[in-house]
Amino acid sequence: MKLQKASRYALFAVLHLASEPEKQFSTAEIADSYGVSIHHLAKVMRTLVRCGLIESVRGVGGGYRFSGNVRRTTLWDVIHEFESLESDIDTPETLHDKAEIVVTGLDAVMNEIDGLNRATLDSITLKTLLRYGLENLDRAR
Amino acid sequence: MSLPLAPQKASALTKHNPAIRVQAAEAADIEAVVALDAAITGTEKAANWNDVYARFADTNQRLQRYFLVAKSGRDELVGFVVGEIRAWEFGSPPCGWILALGVTPDLREQGIGTLLFETLCAQMKNDGATTIRTMVLGTDKTNLSFFRGEGLAAGPYIELERRLD
Repeated sequence: MKLQKASRYALFAVLHLASEPEKQFSTAEIADSYGVSIHHLAKVMRTLVRCGLIESVRGVGGGYRFSGNVRRTTLWDVIHEFESLESDIDTPETLHDKAEIVVTGLDAVMNEIDGLNRATLDSITLKTLLRYGLENLDRAR
Repeated sequence: MSLPLAPQKASALTKHNPAIRVQAAEAADIEAVVALDAAITGTEKAANWNDVYARFADTNQRLQRYFLVAKSGRDELVGFVVGEIRAWEFGSPPCGWILALGVTPDLREQGIGTLLFETLCAQMKNDGATTIRTMVLGTDKTNLSFFRGEGLAAGPYIELERRLD
């Protein structure tokens, strides 16, 4: 499984805002904090607003703030707005009989893997991920 | 009888709701456990819970089985946890299993589940378990995210099953 850039940027933004939910930050501030493209992040921010994970605040000092529940919102809630994460065996449209047996078996295995991936991502809340990150960073240091 | 809490757990508790206490389940608690479980799962299982009480309650402590409840200051049941220590299943050293855990839905995010979990872990550790383990439905977001929040992650064992029909 490889996360697309949009998912990664979305997690940066959502976690940044969720870690200080009472504050608001501009796209430029978030892009600068993580060293990512402001242009690409701006597109991601619009999607996050549309799906209700963050909200835009107008006026002087405006920006974005987190609008979910940090103890309920999971990694899956963020990622699935940007990609499906479903495995793709890349099979041709017509298959020989023997190939169909193998591909059908592989489909079942991939479905099992996809189910585990989804359950794992849907079990980790933003709050838990922030804690994992800090703990692992402490251990690494 | 209230169960002893480690000092750091007691302070964590007072941060949330100082009136909640955890104690061993008694026969008089089962009716409330049945009602709470039915409110959470949508299925009333009175016979099952009476059987769980018979097998896991205080009198069976020597079997390393645990049935704890959380009570409010007004003595209302607000949560429960059931577990046991199992050893040497497919080579696993003594390991604490959490078989059920529930908290009154309106009172979640106040630390009651954490208090039940930590009390059970402390007892199991004291009784020789070195690992805590549970099995949760992959779509049960509430319980999965709760246990993740308590630090549980995928372990070296994989659950496998097949239908028998």
